Amino acid sequence: MATGTKSRPISSFLLRNPRIRLIGLLAFPMTWIIGVYIVSLFLLLITAFWYVDPFSSLVRPGFTLDNFIDVFTVPAYLSTSIRTLFIALAVTFLCILFAVPLGLYMAKIARPWVRNLLAVAITLPLWAGYLVKIIAMRLVFTEQGFFNWAMAPFGIKGPGFSVPIVILTLTYLWFPYMALPVFTAMRQIPHNLFDASSDLGARGFMTIYRVVIPLIIPAIIAGSVFTFSLSLGDYLAARFTGGATQMIGSLIAANINLNPPVAAAFSMIPIAFVVIYLMVARRTGSLERM
Amino acid sequence: MKGKKLAILSLLSVSVLIIGGCSSGGDESGGVSIEVPDIPMHEAMGEFEGELNIVNWSGFVEPAWTDEFTAQTGCKVNPRVAGTSDEMVTLMRTGQYDIVSASGDAALRLIVGGDVQPLNIDLIPNFGGEIAAGMKGNVYDTVNGKPYGVPIGRGANLLQYNSDVTGGAPESWDVVWESDSPYAGKVTAYDAPIYIADAAVYLMYHKPELGIKNPYALDQDQLAAAIDLLKQQNAIIGEYWSDPVAQITSFVGGNTVVGTSWEVLRKFAAKENLKTTLPVEGSTGWYDSWLVSSTTKNINCAYAWMDYTSRADVNGAIAMNFGMAPANIAFCASSAKAQAHCDEFAAEDEEFFKRIWPWTTPIETCLDGRTDVKCTSFQEWTNAWLTVKG
Repeated sequence: MATGTKSRPISSFLLRNPRIRLIGLLAFPMTWIIGVYIVSLFLLLITAFWYVDPFSSLVRPGFTLDNFIDVFTVPAYLSTSIRTLFIALAVTFLCILFAVPLGLYMAKIARPWVRNLLAVAITLPLWAGYLVKIIAMRLVFTEQGFFNWAMAPFGIKGPGFSVPIVILTLTYLWFPYMALPVFTAMRQIPHNLFDASSDLGARGFMTIYRVVIPLIIPAIIAGSVFTFSLSLGDYLAARFTGGATQMIGSLIAANINLNPPVAAAFSMIPIAFVVIYLMVARRTGSLERM
Repeated sequence: MKGKKLAILSLLSVSVLIIGGCSSGGDESGGVSIEVPDIPMHEAMGEFEGELNIVNWSGFVEPAWTDEFTAQTGCKVNPRVAGTSDEMVTLMRTGQYDIVSASGDAALRLIVGGDVQPLNIDLIPNFGGEIAAGMKGNVYDTVNGKPYGVPIGRGANLLQYNSDVTGGAPESWDVVWESDSPYAGKVTAYDAPIYIADAAVYLMYHKPELGIKNPYALDQDQLAAAIDLLKQQNAIIGEYWSDPVAQITSFVGGNTVVGTSWEVLRKFAAKENLKTTLPVEGSTGWYDSWLVSSTTKNINCAYAWMDYTSRADVNGAIAMNFGMAPANIAFCASSAKAQAHCDEFAAEDEEFFKRIWPWTTPIETCLDGRTDVKCTSFQEWTNAWLTVKG
């Protein structure tokens, strides 16, 4: 025993007890998912059924559907939800529009050093703080800011803080989350598929439409889950670059101290939008290929 | 039978009180009786507990004056900065804090909710004759004759304008409210439910038929009128502001030409062409006071803190650091610099502050003394405010 094989009691114990082995593997992630993730989400969502004492503005547990009825019947709330959905869809669309040609160029045309340079350029803004980037956009688009100064010779004037600037800011913020998966998917398309497509008589755009797009759809869906859901929940972009624009996030932020039950009811709306979005994506069969 | 008679008698006496309150004019708190939880006050000073947990506005609690306090009393000061009145209320309700520098819109909520206790003024010798007259006995910190707050300082919500664009000072708030404003699209407004009171102040002047007597005592119809005005304003708003830095950059960057502001923000913007004025309608303002938690474990430190910060030099230091009018106007005469500060912020100008309605939490009891209607509570204001921006 003294010089024989090394004794490894823990390993051999785990080998003999597969159940404990499994528990050991999953203990940390499960504590995290159930203990922190699900429980706090549940606590938040349950508040949506509570009410606020009108006299002292204290939150009291109970059961009421009034908060949800408000969310769907107050015209201002409805228009805010629809505006937010529109903004999130527009951001996702713009990200796809920019990411596909860029990804194609990077993966198939650019020289290696250009490709690396572009990859760094896309990811570099991720290193800067989120708030810093929003403030930067605010400074660019103020009345006497960079945009109006640079465009003045052409007689172009920015729209001022409004919905288009919010869309632009959010596109700027979330673009890397779309560009990177699309680029990676493009790189995995074999070169000879392009040759085959060309041999069969397809021109450039036909090849993109019939060969490239179907192959990168899973990457686009993956990217759009980020751009779409992150846009739905955002409120700082609207606050700093939206002027009088109100989004779902603005309503939640305004209510979090004043009326937590309504804020909780509102937090269900983005969740519902994302669930619907994922179900539609699943219908198209692209989630299985992710 | 006896109970009924008693009830009628007490009703009578209440109405007499209200009539008395009305006839005495300026004293608003006199007439209104508000239902508050019965909380005993501190009777006599005891030993210092060794610490004090404060919820405060940024700039109210600084080592420059807390060090001396800690040296004198042994009470270690733990400040927690809050960004909005609503956050202050939420923090105080956790029970982890002893004292708060509440504005009037938070104060009455805390008093009515039983979160703060009435004060024994005899234990605060510095709270005396030198406190500005307009900061004593206001309804947000004196309820049913009992004092709940020790004044710190005050400021007005003024109309700030870019004189390069407007030429002179606008005489009326109409430039921020009316659809035909020449500055449509370049107007800013304060982003909080309490801003409804600013609409009410404007309506008091221009639509007397609505019968608004106090911008914080609105019945359903009056609130609806104020919300309509705010919705009309929403169409000409360039930006709402809640973040002071965003407001300053908005004025400096040219996105905003007119809108509500504080004197201290104009000062920070440091631009010759940005000026403030108090239009004919008057305005709202924020009056801050110290309120003590009803569940505090450090009551003696809290009283010592209120006494210490009411001292002219300490109170003045806080006011100068934050940029507001000090409550203790004895500070003004202490030096030329102090006098300049007091003049800039109208600290001794009671005529100026008579045109300012201090932020007060709206509650169901009508603060203007009406008993035939129920007024709208802050909760209703909150819900109504969210429908303004649509």
